[in-house]
Amino acid sequence: MYHMACYDEPLINELSCENKRKDTMTHSLIPASLRRTTKLDIPTLNEVEVIRHFTRLSQMNYGVDIGLYPLGSCTMKYNPKISEEISRWERFTALHPYQDESTIQGALQVLHETEMMLCEITGMDAFTLQPAAGAHGEFTGLLLARAYHEKKSDSKRDEVIVPDTAHGTNPASAAMAGYRVIEIPSNSDGTVDLTALSKTLSDRTACFMLTNPNTLGIFESDILEIARLVHDAGALLYYDGANMNAILGKTRPGDMGFDIVHLNLHKTFSTPHGGGGPGAGPVGVKKHLKRFLPVPRIKKMKDYYSFDYDQPDSIGKIHGFYGNFSVILRAYIYILLMGKEGLSEVSDIAVLNANYMKKRILDSGYYDMPYKSLRKHEFVLSCERLHKEKGVRAMDVAKRLLDHGLHPPTVYFPLIVKEALMIEPTESESKDNLDKYINALISIAKEDPDLLSKAPYSTPVRRVDEVNAAKNPLLTYRMINKECINKDSTVKCD
Amino acid sequence: MKIIPNSCVKEEMLKVLGSSSINDLFDDIPSSIRINNLDIPSSKTQQEVEAHLRVIASKNKTYYDTPCFIGGGQPHYVPAVVKALLSRSEFYTAYTPYQSEASQGFLQAMFEYQSIITGLTGMDIANASLYDGATALGEAALMSYRINKRPVFLIPEGISYEKKSVLRNYTKGANITIAEVPYNEQRGTINIDALTSMMSSDVAGVYVENPNFFGVFEEDVEEIGRIAHDNKSLFIVGVDPFTLGLVKRPGEYGADIVVGEGRGLGSMMELGGCGLGLFACRYEYLRQMPGRIIGMSKDADGKRAFCMTMQTREQHIRRERATSNICTNEGLCALAAVIYLSWLGEEGLTDLGLINLERGHMLYDSIRSINGFERVFDGVHFNEFVMRYNGDAYKVNKKLIKHGFQGGLILEPFYPKLSRCLLFGVSEIQTDDQINGFLRVLKEVA
Repeated sequence: MYHMACYDEPLINELSCENKRKDTMTHSLIPASLRRTTKLDIPTLNEVEVIRHFTRLSQMNYGVDIGLYPLGSCTMKYNPKISEEISRWERFTALHPYQDESTIQGALQVLHETEMMLCEITGMDAFTLQPAAGAHGEFTGLLLARAYHEKKSDSKRDEVIVPDTAHGTNPASAAMAGYRVIEIPSNSDGTVDLTALSKTLSDRTACFMLTNPNTLGIFESDILEIARLVHDAGALLYYDGANMNAILGKTRPGDMGFDIVHLNLHKTFSTPHGGGGPGAGPVGVKKHLKRFLPVPRIKKMKDYYSFDYDQPDSIGKIHGFYGNFSVILRAYIYILLMGKEGLSEVSDIAVLNANYMKKRILDSGYYDMPYKSLRKHEFVLSCERLHKEKGVRAMDVAKRLLDHGLHPPTVYFPLIVKEALMIEPTESESKDNLDKYINALISIAKEDPDLLSKAPYSTPVRRVDEVNAAKNPLLTYRMINKECINKDSTVKCD
Repeated sequence: MKIIPNSCVKEEMLKVLGSSSINDLFDDIPSSIRINNLDIPSSKTQQEVEAHLRVIASKNKTYYDTPCFIGGGQPHYVPAVVKALLSRSEFYTAYTPYQSEASQGFLQAMFEYQSIITGLTGMDIANASLYDGATALGEAALMSYRINKRPVFLIPEGISYEKKSVLRNYTKGANITIAEVPYNEQRGTINIDALTSMMSSDVAGVYVENPNFFGVFEEDVEEIGRIAHDNKSLFIVGVDPFTLGLVKRPGEYGADIVVGEGRGLGSMMELGGCGLGLFACRYEYLRQMPGRIIGMSKDADGKRAFCMTMQTREQHIRRERATSNICTNEGLCALAAVIYLSWLGEEGLTDLGLINLERGHMLYDSIRSINGFERVFDGVHFNEFVMRYNGDAYKVNKKLIKHGFQGGLILEPFYPKLSRCLLFGVSEIQTDDQINGFLRVLKEVA
């Protein structure tokens, strides 16, 4: 039986010792109008307390290093320790962004070679590594599309089309880039409806954004026809690389006809998610869009690397500096470790694992899977039958998995599947782990609905009331306790 | 080394699927776009990769090897405590905490981060991080526009080129006009008369940095806030968190939104990567705020519990009507910041601010006394400042590198008005010997 560590761990503000200094310190050099007169509301702990507090918190947190973490479209694979170690070397971390180029040749080499290898892996002509996350990459890609159409004086293109299976970031990024978003329904296979696409494409279309394989895990087999339709309408085709893990060394977005690609290095290229970042969302483009890429470009002349700001058509900058360098470095290390054979094997096993799980779960007869059958690296189950017959929701199944020491899949996404469980095991999981997960899902389906509705039981807290959290927002220590006194102890912080 | 299991049970798994080969699973990809091989190197062993990276690393010179006096952001010391806790893989191998029951540790830490950032800035609420200081400014401009629907956003002429460029990209889609308020050429601060004359009912927000990119404190920041508010515009303040032990918190002088770069709070500089976009605001703007927000609630047993909240603002629910597209943020850097600040405490932060202030002034006085250098602004600065050099600054910087030092940032390419000007900076990171050595060499080569 699984039990996660559980502490009644106070907030750091509640642990804080009294400040030694009663008066506020400032300095005669500070202009009188600016001198601080009030105390800062920040806690003060000794080093032992800091270590214990955050170590305890870490033990109340589930990560890939603890177990299977099959969030769909998130590619929670193992993060090799060698990447962690090397990326923390001082020679890679103690670098100022404005240092002279001659003193950062190694860092520039990593950036340049990563760009080149990503070009080859995706079939694109040039990459920028600046975007700090997938959504940031999407936004960058759409600004590139905008710059491209503007350069051609084709300024009435103000629409971006997305399928109804798209990640939420796609429409949000398009809106941020100033586009009107048009969503088209999927066909009965769960793929792009070519008729709907043709009807929606027009001289107003700037871009069609597509994930391939899509969020149902289905490869869009009509991709060449889709690319033709999009290009015939004068629009660009955008590749959301969230699901790139399914096709490494098998096919490439560039060969499918995509003009713009973003990758999530924190998914496909094994850099850790860090509890929600930092990630990296590099963007690749075909030749006709290269001139618009953000500055600086990394230039290589005879074995010397330098920054090139002289790009008159560039959209400018999208990140304060050159992107999340240590994340890019980890991806670089991963690509070298895996090599061409290894990357291809990643997709082999990621797809095998997903299809094996899908088959065994469907064979059990408790869950259904709408739409086309052959899936790539992920699949979306529906708990609708459990819901109708026993009142069990997808969320109940998810929470009960936690009692098995397993992380739930993505739930209620994509929106076109009712009571959805979106499962992506990745290549990192052994057959034994997959079997455990499958068996857990089957045993949960047989359990008492009442028991399920109250799960989980073995986590540090029971089911969290998220509705209350949104209704009565308590977002800081000050909001919950204005007196700044921990009632359970004698320690005062002010 | 084998990080992909299941190669040995492939056949068994394929049998369950009724397939004879893994290739069958890729049948749905049209053959015309199938590839057989990638043109990248073959797999290397871990030891080979490490050796390769050692060679690459040796081509970098750190700011410890080659002490750095470049302005435009300072590196700060990262205590071992932060590094040790950040290497807990329960934290760094976790995803965004969608399943709150299994993510209480990270959620509580992010709640604490929000608490500490609001304490530091004097604001009501903070989000759980944005990508970096530049994108935080971009989001602040978009948020101002969402709040009052006015089409102009005012920024000081003297902010970094990078921030200006990112801001322009962030606001292009909403069609916001970015207008630059000139600086007072004597003080290096915002020209208040110019600002006053630029105010109109079109101005969504007024952004000011304190201290600004020239290193100078905006002494009249309260008045700037008043000018913004009299015009019913939002007042957005950019901070360097290392000054906040010394100067008034923006919440005390009327800021509506506070942004800043928080990388120095427990993270290494990493070539400017892995930033930490600080973002705090007044409570009334909660529903317009971008990014993840963590809230406190209760579990089914009535026990204190944390979860992501106010999610109806976000892209995964609201899609094209979301307040921002951000999903993955800089969670681990935010964790570093809360560990760092709770270790440092109020006293430590104040002392560190004093060290930075005093060193900044010492270096300023010393460089000013070197022949060929003269000050550009007489406003009070923190740990960075601008000096004009009456010779070839590029040559001086090259010579400094030969002697193992990095000189000031040459401003001319991005600020044509500031010809022959350099932005210098210093923090607690350099040793006294390094500072003295730098000054000695600078005197020689200048």
